Amino acid sequence: MSQNSDHKNFKVVGKPFRKVDARAKCTGQTLFADDITLPRMLYCKILRSPEPHALIKSIDVSKALAVPGVYAVITGKDLPIPYGILPVSQDEHALCVDKVRFIGDPVAAVAAIDEDTAFDAMNLIEVEYERLQTITSIEEAIMVDEPRVHDYGDAGNVHKKVHLEFGDLEEGFAAADHVREDVFFYEGNTHLPMEQHAALAHFDADDKLTLWSSTQTPHYVHRALAKTLELPAAHVRVIATPNGGGFGGKSDPFNHEIVVAKLSMITRRPVKVTLTREEVFYCHRGRHPVLMKIKTGVQRDGAITAMDFETFLDGGAYGSYGVASTFYTGALQTVTYEVPRYRFKGLRAFTNKPPCGPKRGHGTPQPRFGLEIQLDKIAEDLKLDPAEMRLKHLVKPESVTANYLRIGSMGLGKCIEKVVEGSGWKRKFRKLPAGKGVGLACSSYICGAGLPIYWNNMPHSGVQLGLDRQGGVRVQCGSIDIGQGSDSVLAYVVAEVLGIDPFDIRVLTADTDLTPVDLGSYSSRVTLMTGNAAIQAAERARELLSKAVAEKLSLPEENLAFAERRVFDVENPEVGVSFAEAVVLAESRFGTIGTVGSYTPPRSPGRFKGAGVGPSPAYSYSACVAEVDVDPVTGFVMVERVWIGHDIGRSINPMLVMGQVEGGVYMGLGEALMEEMIYRANRNVVHKFPSLLEYKSPTTLEMCDVKTYLVEDADPNGPFGAKEVGQGPLLPVMPAIANAVYDAVGVRIDEVPITPEKVLAALRAKAQGKDARYGPKGVPAVDWQEPLKVLTPAEGGDGREMPRVAVHS
Amino acid sequence: MNGKQKAHIEFTLNGERAEVAFAPHKTLLEVLREDLSLTGTKHGCELGECGTCAVLLDGRSVLSCLVLGLDAEGRSVQTVEGLADAAGLHPLQETFADTGAAQCGYCTPGFLLVAKELLAHNDNPSREEIKEALSGNLCRCTGYIKIYEAVELAAARMRGEEMELPREAVYGLE
Repeated sequence: MSQNSDHKNFKVVGKPFRKVDARAKCTGQTLFADDITLPRMLYCKILRSPEPHALIKSIDVSKALAVPGVYAVITGKDLPIPYGILPVSQDEHALCVDKVRFIGDPVAAVAAIDEDTAFDAMNLIEVEYERLQTITSIEEAIMVDEPRVHDYGDAGNVHKKVHLEFGDLEEGFAAADHVREDVFFYEGNTHLPMEQHAALAHFDADDKLTLWSSTQTPHYVHRALAKTLELPAAHVRVIATPNGGGFGGKSDPFNHEIVVAKLSMITRRPVKVTLTREEVFYCHRGRHPVLMKIKTGVQRDGAITAMDFETFLDGGAYGSYGVASTFYTGALQTVTYEVPRYRFKGLRAFTNKPPCGPKRGHGTPQPRFGLEIQLDKIAEDLKLDPAEMRLKHLVKPESVTANYLRIGSMGLGKCIEKVVEGSGWKRKFRKLPAGKGVGLACSSYICGAGLPIYWNNMPHSGVQLGLDRQGGVRVQCGSIDIGQGSDSVLAYVVAEVLGIDPFDIRVLTADTDLTPVDLGSYSSRVTLMTGNAAIQAAERARELLSKAVAEKLSLPEENLAFAERRVFDVENPEVGVSFAEAVVLAESRFGTIGTVGSYTPPRSPGRFKGAGVGPSPAYSYSACVAEVDVDPVTGFVMVERVWIGHDIGRSINPMLVMGQVEGGVYMGLGEALMEEMIYRANRNVVHKFPSLLEYKSPTTLEMCDVKTYLVEDADPNGPFGAKEVGQGPLLPVMPAIANAVYDAVGVRIDEVPITPEKVLAALRAKAQGKDARYGPKGVPAVDWQEPLKVLTPAEGGDGREMPRVAVHS
Repeated sequence: MNGKQKAHIEFTLNGERAEVAFAPHKTLLEVLREDLSLTGTKHGCELGECGTCAVLLDGRSVLSCLVLGLDAEGRSVQTVEGLADAAGLHPLQETFADTGAAQCGYCTPGFLLVAKELLAHNDNPSREEIKEALSGNLCRCTGYIKIYEAVELAAARMRGEEMELPREAVYGLE
């Protein structure tokens, strides 16, 4: 993009403007999905399974249907077509057809005159279940083949098994001076957006369906509705309402969206559903619990010679994004420090729990947690400073990793230097009084997935600009603001290129009838992809305006500048026209002014099966130092302060970047210390605490102080050089805290959340002279398939799978 | 609510006299949102756990999901819709907007009202006092920091002091 390099005098980019919708959000004027009502609207309630794994023998809805005020009751028979976010996992039904797979699985739905009537009627639906044995854990899923949670997958209750090998591992381990093997566990947790999911459907008199929904992915919901309702996609309109928090939890097409659409088609009235907080816990799609084993070989200076990474994911009851999540647990280990040879084995299990999916960091916080703790242990083994050791072996910018990820800009070194200096690392590490400690960890994240979820060659993001002759500019884009400020980014970028005020721009987003497709607010893709598409559209508009103004003023086009709502001669700034006049000139010359822009990520060099997960146009980097105070009597960990450096490429709006960093640290703190989705295995796999009170998340009283450093090193693929910030800064927080706990009290807590019980157990073990550690002991033995082998770039590989050698046993 | 009698109350809502009829079991949250169409007040749990639905009842913050609509009879209720007037936004609304304290904005109305209550009693709260006052409100986006900064900025401006956010709050540390 031509805007990346040579702009020194930005008028909008890099400035802390307020968001274009900030005042609406502070006055109660922003309409979230549940705030919308339509005349004659009905209310929907969904009956959910009380059984974790059972066949549906019969459903009797007659009593519910007989309730006055009830307009429709539907069951799985009414929605027989399966769907799912990934083409390879079309394993969900909007209402279960013949079996239920977790407590909370939807079974039937009621539309009634009001919510109370719908609720009462729902409770009159009679369902007869035949219980099946439950699958409650990764280990059980591997050992127990029958009954299967699903009748597809790689084996029994194993959903997916992958095995990739890049380079000669044995040679790598042979070249090591020191080899460590460690096991870690990352407990699952959930997004907990403050807004519960809600959706409103209206099937109108012209047989057109409109769905308003709190979704991060209106385009994918559009596809799922057309498929499951058997409607032409052209007759379906999805409007994503501003999300009251997403974090990945509103990225799947959801059963409740399809259900209200169907109920509206049956009743010919608008139908709304708003989930209760308990139901949001059952929607889940949150962080996969991951058990992992890491074997890493290093030389004396900490240079990694080989890494063998094994992950086991508890996927819950459905596929969701799980195949991608599985690959992600093995994808980004190579993009921070040089890993010349790398092997990844990953397994996702089906269990009878709410389905896991993508949560902020999607599949990468878990392996990053293990990796960064292991590096801390390695540094101690080698008597090296963990910060210096990392700094020495950073991946080089403009390089390709062993697993074929192309790195662009790489600012991790600066991030480490900033937090080391700012935190006083050198005078604190291993030197603070007992009970106090510091820990360091780093990470990286993608700026948008390199490939779309369904295979196609079309752009990932499209932007349409309309210029009206009075100087207004309309930006249309399919992206949805989930609080990160994506609507504002569109306005800032277009304002910068056209030299106008961002608040003169009307942003119209996330409406499948009116806006070009953007794939959605996930994988930290929006700023980079919509930003680039918006720049292209704005540059095309600027070109039309330049031509018309140049003709009028008899100036060469290259002499024209766009700023302060004017188009003028750079050499003689008084000579010029207002922006509105420029539009009039252009419209007179060329007709109605509208332009489009689109963005497709560059093709990644990997050509092997599985190379689709991990590539990105750019990678953000973060480094974090956490300082903790551990009470040896209670085991309570208080995080006092976090210093975090984030390589943002360039801040489109630094204030919003700061907000994302602080929010990421906050969510990381919650995952590190308290957040967990856990179930009672001996009591029907029921969720332990599906409520905001008992699912612990940090309040103001637990939140730590945050010192942020923004590292700006413009990336050639970013809009104005910008990279992501929505997800990356969460990643290093958990391992930094775990490493700090070790520095404070000398015990290793190799799993999250780091609860007082675990700290006390490890302290007790330490006092008894046992292993001063709390964490998993090992991983299940698995009969892994032969690896898909790829020569690394250093070995002369071309990114393709090596021909397989037949193995005879 | 077929066949059940509606309750009828009169009260002061955002400074105006209001009357409303509703099913008597409804919470103040439901009455505000459903019967008065004031959807600025949000819900996160409807169990009193998250603070999202906070409104001011006679100047004191309450969780509107735990208060019956009937309890508002004759009293004064303030919601986020009543914070701004024709003259402009309340200083807290200005600073929440300008500092990015509202990310998704869903928890914002509750935070604004609890912060307003705090500033009514303490025009110069310390960071610790702000944390204490806001500890019943959950926010998943901001990590609360921009919210503290917005409250501090609004408090200073309400005291008549000139104040801007420190540079490090906007651009990070050098």
